[in-house]
Amino acid sequence: MNSLVRMRHAGFSLFLLVLCPAGIALAQTAAAETSSSAEDRLSKLEQAAGAAQSAGDNAWMLVSAALVLMMTGPGLALFYGGLVRRKNVLATMMQSFILMAVVTVMWALYGYSLAFSEGNSFIGGFGYALLNGVGADPNTTYAATIPHQTFMIYQLMFAVITPALITGAFAERMKFSAMLLFMILWTTFIYFPLAHMVWGQGGLLNAALGGRLPTLDFAGGTVVHVSSGVSALVCALYLGKRIGYPQQPMRPHNLTLSFIGACLLWVGWFGFNAGSALSASSLATSAFVTTHFAAAAAALAWAGVEWLRLGKPTVLGATSGAVAGLVAITPGAGFVTPMSALIIGVAAGVVCYLMTSAAKRAFGYDDSLDVFGIHGAGGTLGALLTGVFAARAVNPIFKDTAGQPLPVGLLDGNSAQMLNQIGGIAIAMVVAVVGSLIILKVVDLLVGVRVSAEDEMTGLDLTQHGEEGYELGFDLTSAPAAFGGATATPQAARLVAQKINE
Amino acid sequence: MKKIEAIIRPHLLDAVKNSLQEIDVKGMTVGEVQGYGRQRGHTETYRGAEYQIDFIPKLKIEIIIPDDVEDMVVYAITKAAQTGKFGDGKIFVTNIDDVIRIRTGERGEAAL
Repeated sequence: MNSLVRMRHAGFSLFLLVLCPAGIALAQTAAAETSSSAEDRLSKLEQAAGAAQSAGDNAWMLVSAALVLMMTGPGLALFYGGLVRRKNVLATMMQSFILMAVVTVMWALYGYSLAFSEGNSFIGGFGYALLNGVGADPNTTYAATIPHQTFMIYQLMFAVITPALITGAFAERMKFSAMLLFMILWTTFIYFPLAHMVWGQGGLLNAALGGRLPTLDFAGGTVVHVSSGVSALVCALYLGKRIGYPQQPMRPHNLTLSFIGACLLWVGWFGFNAGSALSASSLATSAFVTTHFAAAAAALAWAGVEWLRLGKPTVLGATSGAVAGLVAITPGAGFVTPMSALIIGVAAGVVCYLMTSAAKRAFGYDDSLDVFGIHGAGGTLGALLTGVFAARAVNPIFKDTAGQPLPVGLLDGNSAQMLNQIGGIAIAMVVAVVGSLIILKVVDLLVGVRVSAEDEMTGLDLTQHGEEGYELGFDLTSAPAAFGGATATPQAARLVAQKINE
Repeated sequence: MKKIEAIIRPHLLDAVKNSLQEIDVKGMTVGEVQGYGRQRGHTETYRGAEYQIDFIPKLKIEIIIPDDVEDMVVYAITKAAQTGKFGDGKIFVTNIDDVIRIRTGERGEAAL
């Protein structure tokens, strides 16, 4: 934007230079009028340039908000829906979908305020409750070039997908009522405070707005992925294994759905990461590129390890790898170079593969759809590697008093940042573990977290929602009367009755 | 009359059907079934977790035939469905008391 204004200034000065010789011939009074109208036009030009940037940034941020919503529905809903058994597909999709509605209402009433209004180091206040004062004027603290309302709706989409990620851990066995209650409490007491700590003004971990423990988290590695991944593990352990796990095969019922879901997640992630630049800037481009590169490298790494170990590269492995890479690049997307992104992607593909297979088998927990293995492990790995690879050449987030950029990550010359990253991860983990445990206990006492064994065998689609995802059998209804069906039936019945009477 | 039930490999359905058409068998019923015999199932791997899948998809065909063509029908199916490996399937032969063609009410072999 600055360069644009500079160009306009230069062009305008040139314009004046051309005019000047002509002005010599004119009377003095006329010359004075020209200069005052020049100032007028200059300020108009500045206004127009500002409006142009605002229009560009706002357009990108609204598209980004829509992209992030698309990650939850249909992206995550399809990804998870395909991985469960046929009897649970609708219930699994519904868990993601209903959170799009529930968290939105919470956000409007008090959530945005708790996350982003002024408060203490841990949580915001009620300054923006009921979206009071959140309108067309930009909030210059967070994003000076877009309407405050755009910033609000964009951040909402992160609050929607984070609890939705957790649903994969307790898939196929949690009551719908308990799930709703758990998520309302979890989002209120874990997500909103964590979002405030990392992104809110004065938050404890906020690197850009003067947090005491500045942690680099560009698009939500700790807030979204570490918090949801660790909470997911707590849920999986608290609810226990699905009946029959791991002796009975619990194969994904439709990997084509999961495939489409994973691809939608990949595309949606451009809104998630590149959108986190909060403007249509070169930083957004940089985050877009690193996001894409990490996903590609991780897909190859996961499928490659499988190929070496098992003899075949699987489709679920390649797509899961891409998601793992996207998770891992999330905290560093706007801080690292494209080559670092490739390295982060490879690391995420290998580590998350081992976490979902070897580690899960060794410990025996039933994290049904691998939320901890992918989001918990990938998010933690990404937050650590952000501390390693963050570079001031990409994003000069730390500056000295003279405004000169300071080293950001370990390889940039700021080894202390690693401690901050570890501190940020540890705080997110503690909040998530302790908070989730308490909330699960409360929900269990109030409504009971788990469906009955009979309901679990029947499936959540029928027992929780009274529907089935697929009607694949024969159509057993009669043909309509117009085709002889309904009229023929009573006729035949009459003939049979006559025959019996004879 | 006899009922011939044959469990076959799914991809050999066309071969069996053509073979039966050669000897003038006039119809058949086919269904998808799953089961296991001597052919061992296979393993599937999802995110590193291996599953042993015992029930293998097969097709079951059913045909009703006059007594005198039994040997020929069994030969036709065996020839078309045989690969020589475990999993080729089985043929079951049972007696049938009566057959009725719903359209006309004809009974016995006339209804075949």
